[in-house]
Amino acid sequence: MARITIRVGPDDFDLGREYAALVADEADSGAVVAFVGRVRDLNLAQHVAVLELEHYPGMTEKALARIAADAAARWPLTAVTVVHRVGPLHPAEQIVLVLTASAHRHAAYDANAFIMDYLKTEAPFWKRESDGNTARWVDARDSDAEAMQRWLPDDAP
Amino acid sequence: MNTVQLLYFARLRDVFGLHSETLTLPEGSAVADLIARLVARGGAFADELGGARVFRVAVNQEMARPDDPIPAGAEVAIFPPVTGG
Repeated sequence: MARITIRVGPDDFDLGREYAALVADEADSGAVVAFVGRVRDLNLAQHVAVLELEHYPGMTEKALARIAADAAARWPLTAVTVVHRVGPLHPAEQIVLVLTASAHRHAAYDANAFIMDYLKTEAPFWKRESDGNTARWVDARDSDAEAMQRWLPDDAP
Repeated sequence: MNTVQLLYFARLRDVFGLHSETLTLPEGSAVADLIARLVARGGAFADELGGARVFRVAVNQEMARPDDPIPAGAEVAIFPPVTGG
């Protein structure tokens, strides 16, 4: 069974520390893939001063745990860490961390992309960006839904 | 009658001007029945839930479909498509 760690909160994370915790005391993870999502200062040509991340406490953690467990059922993972921040964030700040560990690299790469694709379409987070004067809710992107679809079997509706 | 707790998030909370409310629904009500009842209020509820706009519903913190039943005491959340990551 993969060791799954899920954390949602306002605090920043340290990639090195999370990696060390992921592989501590075990030698069966021959490959670890890390994805870090960060706040950009431009979105849809609007200057972003603050990005506010709202979530649905309780459901968020469950949804992330489910996504990580689905990945671990699909690939031979040894460990998964998902950290997602909430609250006000500024350009260049970190938003999300996904670490996937496996014996070999392909499983770690694919599972990492799978987790991010599902996180973006299934986990209850919402972004509101502000240029310092006006704030607007960020619309969901069709490309994110399409990215998730590629993991479904070809005969799925 | 079943009592359910409704939660609204993000843009929908803003346009409804409401974080949460308690409703009583007939036994055996499904998600679609709840949505129809909210749309019947008119105004922002009809605009957001009764037309072409996309929204999501979770029952007891699990994503739900229109024909899913709403159990007594359920927590039902209505929110826009998610935009995390």
